[in-house]
Formats: sequence, structure tokens, C-alpha cells
Amino acid sequence: MKKGILGKKLGMTQLFNEDGTVIPVTVIEAGPCVVTQIKTRDREGYSAVLVGYEDIREKLVNKPLKGQFDKAGVSYKRYIRELPLDNVEDYSVGQEIKADIFAEGDRIDISGRSKGKGFAGNIKRFGHGTGPKSHGSHYHRGPGSHGAGSSPARIFKNRKLPGRMGNVRTTVQNLEIARVDADRNLLMVKGAVPGPKGNMLIIKDTVKR
Amino acid sequence: MEIISTIEKEMMKKDIPDFNVGDTVRVYVKVVEGTRERLQAFEGIVIQKKHGGVSETFTVRRLSYGVGVERVFPVHSPKIERIEVVRRGRVRRAKLFYLRDRVGKAARVRERNR
Repeated sequence: MKKGILGKKLGMTQLFNEDGTVIPVTVIEAGPCVVTQIKTRDREGYSAVLVGYEDIREKLVNKPLKGQFDKAGVSYKRYIRELPLDNVEDYSVGQEIKADIFAEGDRIDISGRSKGKGFAGNIKRFGHGTGPKSHGSHYHRGPGSHGAGSSPARIFKNRKLPGRMGNVRTTVQNLEIARVDADRNLLMVKGAVPGPKGNMLIIKDTVKR
Repeated sequence: MEIISTIEKEMMKKDIPDFNVGDTVRVYVKVVEGTRERLQAFEGIVIQKKHGGVSETFTVRRLSYGVGVERVFPVHSPKIERIEVVRRGRVRRAKLFYLRDRVGKAARVRERNR
């Protein structure tokens, strides 16, 4: 990972290209983040940068976290996430990371917690096809066969069945940045990102190409 | 959320004339022909307005050589040079889809008196 930042999903809107085509964009408030700690190979066995995002009142911080913030000498933050960056040496504790680390046209990956869909069947959860609705079908939205009978006499692991869907960490890869607003720390990203409005997101350069 | 509406407000055009469903408008659209750009006018009755903010669109219906033609324009598209209101119409509905089933005299919209 070359660069990364924490952000918050604000919602979606649209932009116009010069030729009049509409680009659907998600508006993300990216940063300002602050480096709270740097992990090094010598001390922790691996290198990473700990980044805090979104100021909160002192009352909302518990004592162990408060100690971390006080040691770094930064204001109290709601979120701390570890970013395994390549160039850890370039960062220092207390340094600010803003949306302007990204430029228009950059490709990024965005991770976040997706919206919970509750108990969902195979069609919604795994994109299975449906059975015929009519002509005496009686088989509409079922999961299909569970496998052979007497042999193997069990259901194989990872058999796709209905269950809880969503509310898990997902990553959308290779999104394009349509616009950067450095003054307001806003990123406009082409396409959709996981989760509801107000969702905490990790924005990083893409692993694709 | 208010950030989104401020962003949208910045992207919206400010010089849009006040027009409504039932009005006859002339829309000047930029058309690229090869390398040069020219303006093309499309005149007809506004039969619906949809959405709001930057994504607002309107549909204009006209009869062209006896064939009904409807075009949907995004209000804030950079492709639209300007919109002229030719005639104000008096209508009692938000969507004038009933005009599609009518021809000739019946497909008229009464003028609004100011």
C-alpha cells in the first residue's frame, strides 16, 4: 500500500462531463487524519502507520486509548486504523493526512462495512437464478440440491445456503476518483462504496494494475 | 448531508428561466458535428419534470412530420446552452402523458393568462 486515508461516506450525487454525460459519484469526506503511532520492524516486527480520524470529546475516550492519544500529543479521535504502508519512514507522529494525497483520475480501493441485509436466501445472497414461476413448477427460490445421498452421506462444507447477508467488511476495487476538493477534504469517487451514509471507510491506492 | 446539497448547488446553473409543465419551450442544445459545434433548437411542450437538484430533468414533446418525438433533457447539463419559454400553458396535472393519446386540436394546451 503506497498511501491510505480514513474517511466517511456522505452520500451520492452526480457530475457532468464536458460532453454532457453523467457520472454517478459517491462523496466521501476523507480526513483530515492524523498519525498517532508508527510501528517499525525493529520494535513491533512489522511496519505500519496508525491513523486517527474524526475528533471527539474527551468524555468519549476510554483510558487506554486516551493514553495513546496523549503520548502522540494529538487530539482525541473516534477511529484508529492501522495502514500497512510501504514508506513508513516518510511519516511522523502528529502528521496530518488530507484528501489531497489523491488526485483526479487515480484508481483506489475502498473498504468498509456493508449494509446488513438480514437472513437472505440464495438468490439475493449468492446471485443464484430462480426456478420457473409458473407452469406447475413449485420450485421458485430454493437453493437447489444439497448433493448426493448415501455416498458421501453428508453435506460438503461451503455449500451455499440461506443465512445472514451483509454487515461484513467488503472492499470495492479499482474505483476512479472523479474529483478532489482539497479545501473541504472531499473525494468524489465514481460508483458506489459499501455501507450506509456516515459509514467509516478506508481509502487506499488500488491493488489492480 | 448538507455538504451534498451545497456541492449540488455549486454545480447547478443559476440562469435557468422559470418554466413549468404545460409550457412551450425552445431548448438550445450544443451539437458536435465532426470538429465544429453548433446550436440546435428543440421546441415543444414540457410534459414532465423529474427529480431535483443537479439531477433534475424535463421531457419535451413535439410533433415532427406527424410523428410524436419526446426528448429528455437534464436541466443542468453543459450540453444545454439555454432554455427559452415560448408560451405559458395552463394545465391541471403534473404529468401530461394524456397528450400522447391525442392528436390535432385535442392535443393543445390552454394558454395561461398573466
